[in-house]
Amino acid sequence: MAKNTDLHETRQTVTYTGVAGWIDRRLPVLTGFRAEYITYRMPANLNWLWNFGAILTVVLMVMLATGLFLAIHYTPSAADAFASVEAIDRQVPSGWLLRSIHMTGASLFMAALYIHLFRGLYYGSYKQPRELLWITGLVLLCMVMLTAFAGYVLPWGQMSYWGADVVGKAVGAVPGIGGWLEHFLQGGDAPGDVSLHRLFILHFFMAFAVLGVVVVHVAVLHVAGSGNPKGIEPPAATVPFHPYYSAKDAAGLVLFITVFAVLVFFFPAIVAEPENYRPANPMHTPADIEPEWYFLPFYGILQSVPSKFGGLVVSVGAIGLLFLAPWLDTSPVRSARYRPVYRLGIVGLVVAFVTLGLVGRHHAEGIWMIVGRIATLVYYGHFLLVMPWSTRRERTLPAGVEGTP
Amino acid sequence: MSRLHGLAAALAVLGGVSGVRAEVPTTRAPTPAHVWSFDGPMGRFDMASVQRGYAVYNQVCSACHGMAAVTYGDLAGIGLNEAQVRQIAASHKVPGPLDDDGHPTRRPATPNDHLLSPFPNPQAAMRANSGVVPPDQSRLAMVFPGGPSRIYALLTSYGPAPAGMTIAPGHAYNPYFDGRQTAMPQPLRDHQVTYADGTDATLAREAEDVTNFLAWAAWPHLAERHRIGARIVLYLVFLFVLTILLKRKVWSHVH
Repeated sequence: MAKNTDLHETRQTVTYTGVAGWIDRRLPVLTGFRAEYITYRMPANLNWLWNFGAILTVVLMVMLATGLFLAIHYTPSAADAFASVEAIDRQVPSGWLLRSIHMTGASLFMAALYIHLFRGLYYGSYKQPRELLWITGLVLLCMVMLTAFAGYVLPWGQMSYWGADVVGKAVGAVPGIGGWLEHFLQGGDAPGDVSLHRLFILHFFMAFAVLGVVVVHVAVLHVAGSGNPKGIEPPAATVPFHPYYSAKDAAGLVLFITVFAVLVFFFPAIVAEPENYRPANPMHTPADIEPEWYFLPFYGILQSVPSKFGGLVVSVGAIGLLFLAPWLDTSPVRSARYRPVYRLGIVGLVVAFVTLGLVGRHHAEGIWMIVGRIATLVYYGHFLLVMPWSTRRERTLPAGVEGTP
Repeated sequence: MSRLHGLAAALAVLGGVSGVRAEVPTTRAPTPAHVWSFDGPMGRFDMASVQRGYAVYNQVCSACHGMAAVTYGDLAGIGLNEAQVRQIAASHKVPGPLDDDGHPTRRPATPNDHLLSPFPNPQAAMRANSGVVPPDQSRLAMVFPGGPSRIYALLTSYGPAPAGMTIAPGHAYNPYFDGRQTAMPQPLRDHQVTYADGTDATLAREAEDVTNFLAWAAWPHLAERHRIGARIVLYLVFLFVLTILLKRKVWSHVH
């Protein structure tokens, strides 16, 4: 590891003068920014999977910006919602572009979130001392899922309506209070004007609430610092965030935005469900009610379990288990690189997750029901069996790897 | 008559069992592939055809089908100028304000008005169309299973029903509809419309033109999207090369 001039330069203390200095002495925003985003020490060995935090931040900003303009033209009522979205697509100047970016952005935000989450699981980013970082991240996952669901209902097309109906019925499956809760959340016996108005407020409010929790997530990150692929801490070598990771994040971000643009401009149909371009019709159930791809694995679990309430518990539990990861896996070795058993568990987890998505797409019918149950067991098995069991076996780094795990 | 048909159908079933005669199929025929200029990631519309298609829509389809999401002003997107759009709008009468006696009035449409729907409500539409509401055509090319190719196929495939098939009252035989019959009477024939540009209005020409128009209505920004997209993606690829070079330069000291 070469100690270079850049590295020494950025370590120097900078004194701000003039207006900047006047402000910084009263509210040290410039010093703070410099400490957290310029001289901030990062492990030198991060791979490209560490780009997704920055990517998610930028996609969130894009979603907030496009969403704000869409909200200006949107009417949250059962009678006018569909027509107002059509007007955005057709009559509002560049409305089609804003909406296409917002729709594609939702899918890519969830995709980046899943990759970010996988990174955390694979390299043990949830381990002590980063438990709170992990938990704030999972809180964000739940908030983003809720926001995505609420947002999908807003155009009030067939899938919007029947998606909301399925979720209402799932809530209704809670024993005892289910019926009351379903009625309360929907503001009626079926999705309607009241539900749409509430979901619009929820979607708008949650978007900014997510921003708030992101600030907390980043603040917690900067206390413990980034983990690294080897999981050896402190890392053997560090570099300042700028220019090293600002340059690397920029490249990753531009690549991600390129994929984003290709989807928006050339393949928008990949993320847009045609059925949702038919106005909501409570009298006509579509042949195939299917959630967006990012909910399919959980939909797969919901449908694989024979009891309705059981399905709800097991599918919500699949996210709940993630919260327990720091206490289910207490092995001092962080990275799956040095944990063959745990690594196998992760492979099983990813295969099960993708398989459950396919099960959801096939409505757990026939052989898919069996496949869905096995995949659910493999998913749960990673947390409840592999994590505790491998903790006892995999406690030391393999010979030849130096450092404190 | 229908009893005779029933008998024929029963015989056909028996015949099918004994291998003498095949059953009359009732599931819809698979859609033949059709090449469209708007297909693919760089597709664009044949605007002359889309404009002729609007004439077909205006003179034929709009008698039964609405296109509620589209305004007369949107027709600028098929290559009409402002004067043409105003002229087309003004030739349609839409509900106006109440007069001094409280009676409803009608006024010429403006470019901000939505295309006039033929029926005031679904009940009236059902009553006039053998109990079936003609679907709105704003997004029909997108939401119709089989898409534009199936629309073209069914517009050109009306004909006499095969022997042994029962057609419901008010319905017509067409292999590309579910059940191989439809409540929509044959809408297009040779020279059903007269084209302003002198194109010979054959059935195939009319069907292709109106399908192009319906596809434009379903994806009105397709051409613009592809054009802007090509520039943006080219720019991003160039930017990516620059950022990768920058990243390599910055990191060249490390390792």
